[in-house]
Amino acid sequence: MINEGIVNISYIIATILFILALGGLSHQETARRGNWYGIVGMAIALIATVLGEVTAQYDKLIVALLVGGSVGLILARRVQMTQMPELVAILHSLVGLAAVAVGFANFMDPGRLAHYTGVELTIHDIETYIGVLIGAVTFSGSVIAFGKLSARISGNPLLLPARHWLNLLLLLGSIYYGYEFVQQSVAGGGMMPLVIMTVLALLFGIHMVMAIGGADMPVVVSMLNSYSGWAASATGFMLGNDLLIVTGALVGSSGAILSYIMCRAMNRKFLAVIAGGFGTGGGAAAKGGEDQGEVQPIDAQETAALFANAKEIMIIPGYGMAVAQAQHIVYELTRALRDKGINVRFGIHPVAGRMPGHMNVLLAEAKVPYDIVFEMDEINDDFPNIDVSVVIGANDIVNPSAQEDPEGPIAGMPVLEVWKGKTTIVLKRSMATGYAGVQNPLFFKENTRMLFGDAKDSLDEVFKAL
Amino acid sequence: MKIGVPREIHAGEQRVATTPDVAAQLMDLGYSVAIETGAGAAAKFSDSAYEAAGCEVLGSADDVWDQADIILKVRAPEQGEETRLRSDQALITFLAPGQNPELLEVLTKSGGTALSMDMVPRISRAQKMDALSSMANIAGYRAVVEAAQHFGRFFTGQITAAGRIPPAKVLVIGAGVAGLSAIGAARSMGAIVRSFDTRPEVKEQVESMDAEFLMLEFEDEDGTGEGGYAKVMSDEFIAAEMALFAEQAEEVDIIITTALIPGKPAPRLITAEHVGLLKDGSVIVDLAAETGGNCELTEPGEVVVKDGVTIIGYMDLPSRLATQSSQLYATNLKHLLSDMTPEKDGNLVVDFEDEVVRGATVCTGGETTYPPPAPKLSAAPPKPAAEAAPAPVVEEKKPSIWGPIMMMAAGGLALLGLGAVAPPSFMAHFTVFVLACFVGYMVIWNVTPALHTPLMSVTNAISSIIIIGALLQISSADKVIMWIAVATAGVTAVNIAGGFAVTRRMLEMFRK
Repeated sequence: MINEGIVNISYIIATILFILALGGLSHQETARRGNWYGIVGMAIALIATVLGEVTAQYDKLIVALLVGGSVGLILARRVQMTQMPELVAILHSLVGLAAVAVGFANFMDPGRLAHYTGVELTIHDIETYIGVLIGAVTFSGSVIAFGKLSARISGNPLLLPARHWLNLLLLLGSIYYGYEFVQQSVAGGGMMPLVIMTVLALLFGIHMVMAIGGADMPVVVSMLNSYSGWAASATGFMLGNDLLIVTGALVGSSGAILSYIMCRAMNRKFLAVIAGGFGTGGGAAAKGGEDQGEVQPIDAQETAALFANAKEIMIIPGYGMAVAQAQHIVYELTRALRDKGINVRFGIHPVAGRMPGHMNVLLAEAKVPYDIVFEMDEINDDFPNIDVSVVIGANDIVNPSAQEDPEGPIAGMPVLEVWKGKTTIVLKRSMATGYAGVQNPLFFKENTRMLFGDAKDSLDEVFKAL
Repeated sequence: MKIGVPREIHAGEQRVATTPDVAAQLMDLGYSVAIETGAGAAAKFSDSAYEAAGCEVLGSADDVWDQADIILKVRAPEQGEETRLRSDQALITFLAPGQNPELLEVLTKSGGTALSMDMVPRISRAQKMDALSSMANIAGYRAVVEAAQHFGRFFTGQITAAGRIPPAKVLVIGAGVAGLSAIGAARSMGAIVRSFDTRPEVKEQVESMDAEFLMLEFEDEDGTGEGGYAKVMSDEFIAAEMALFAEQAEEVDIIITTALIPGKPAPRLITAEHVGLLKDGSVIVDLAAETGGNCELTEPGEVVVKDGVTIIGYMDLPSRLATQSSQLYATNLKHLLSDMTPEKDGNLVVDFEDEVVRGATVCTGGETTYPPPAPKLSAAPPKPAAEAAPAPVVEEKKPSIWGPIMMMAAGGLALLGLGAVAPPSFMAHFTVFVLACFVGYMVIWNVTPALHTPLMSVTNAISSIIIIGALLQISSADKVIMWIAVATAGVTAVNIAGGFAVTRRMLEMFRK
């Protein structure tokens, strides 16, 4: 309906809008505008493609878009903020699925052999193959991540014997079938190797995510985010479509940077996370199990009295807050204390929770104003002035042994230095260790008090006592 | 077992060893509680209140001593009480075994068990049973109240139509529990408070109470003794200290002294000379009167006026706030009993493995168990070992310069190889791809951590641009391809709508 030039210009506009969208998402002030850029860019790209390239099947297309769109909107409306990691993971899997489907459909297109010859055909086949490969890994990995995050699958790392060899075997298998695929494709075949490789890639995705523990989930989620971008990019190469290449590359590098930031926040190597199996490192972890003294419990009344007499309070939320759905009562408490002139602030560790930025989203949902929510680097120096630090369902991110025990499994990980404050109250269900499997000496410090029980119930009581 | 609480017979003693509230908690531990009639009267707890809490009220002290298995008291037994302990009975009270060897001997001979609340070791776990601290806290507060009563002026400063009122200046010597409590009370009444202590590490605590800490510039003499208490200082130090007090005496209106050294007579800090330097109408409250007094002119138990200065030497300050001190003391006792009743079945277990019980028990089964072995932990470590161990030096391996160069060279060669064989159309796309990666890198690098989740959901929505692939295939004549494309379009539409909508929902929640 419209000529190719206009389609291309629309693609350029869409590309620019996507870049602006990502740029806008970097800061609070511009974030909403960024989202709109993204929506407009997507709309332009879609309309241009539909008008310029689609020649038939409008009816089916519209039905598919309407059905899919409404499902998406309902999902987005219904999802609880604590379930955000699951939603993001399952959405990633859809991109992977789409990449696989587009790859197969492209391969089945009979016009392919007429269109490409010689080296071009080889390159095209390799592009198809890689697109399907990344798509399949993204798909199965995201599904498993979804299962782990929604607790349908145990969060513990599943460690098969010789798992590194297994991975290597899968990789070599994929390369071998890639070679077969290119060879057979010239002759018009190649479906068999492609299918086998898809199965191998699916297995690889499952195995990779199964081996990663719950605490490393922020890395996994951002890594899958990155993969979904690369999958789109590979599809773009296959179709010779620059818009797909650029957008995929943007998303891919964005996810890669997020993964890197998450790894740095845990002082771990990306490869070590992917290789999986945190907290199983034998000797050093067992050392933490020695008797370190006694913990001092506290009850809700005493906690309330401590709060009322404090001038500076710092709240450090962790995954436990999300599990207990305690973010609302946390905010109620915060508001009551701030009304009394007490300076209540929040300190967020980059890997708190199961997804990058998880805690920020939960606090925002509970209407905590974001200017009292601080990142670790912003507030770590303030702890000596803090009267009461409240650790809600967090463990490893406030573990002093990261600094004090150079042998420990979490040595060198940046942590929130709550023990430098005057008093620390730790809300916890039991004395169980965190994901890293390390005992936390913070609980035995003289200025630490333990408030045992479900975070939400405990805080409810504290709120009443206030 | 039955707990018995007799009336205190020490002259002027108003406290009682349990209150109706605490008695109810003791019953929760499985005990029954009997109280002598009128035992709580001086502390404003009536017999009927005890009865309402479920206590048995007995007519005489004899009944209590005869019937009870555990006796709770405040003061050490006297006037014949000491011979009443039976071999199957336990007594818990303040005994000061170090100062009263004869009493200890009598109690040992009885064959019964005696626990002294002043012997509870000063370890973190035992803070809730530390009756000395509870009483010191009250004494500090009451000292300020007594001072205010004898002081002719306001504590707080005011500017009024009738002229300016200067705030009172209070010097608190010894910043232990009592000292800090006095600082707090005097501060909240509006006085200017200064404090002196031989232990430099209490500076922070004093300053946290909004008082000024007087430092003595003295080389390396730390007055911290065992268990967080003070110790005896050198002569030079004392001379410097005296000079400081003389200087302060000319300025301040009220001096509250709380300096004690365990097991030793109280240090003489305020001499007759210092008293002469104070203004007329000034007040000295000497909390150390019981062990001889920090002030030379203190007369234990009396209020005297010397040189126009009122010197208060009461030894029973906690008893003068009887309701409060009974309540705190009773709670301390309850904590001890609750630790000694592990089964909550009303049976007292004297477990010498428990450091607290071992420390507090002075005699049992006819044997004297005082003094206890040194406690394993002190309240404050002798040297501030807590001063966080130096952060482990992270040995940064100097990255070999060859690694990156080799990588880049290999990458460059691979690209050159690719360029040699690949057709131009591919290279055009590849250029776009590499540039886009860099753009992504530049754009994302500065993202606010708080926005990581919205960023992920928006990139997720954007990556469903893969729908373009489906759109290019949907018009295919091949039915299978067409249906795959329709399905793909549907799946990615979920992603587009869901991703953008959920991002929008999240961003709406972020607000200043």
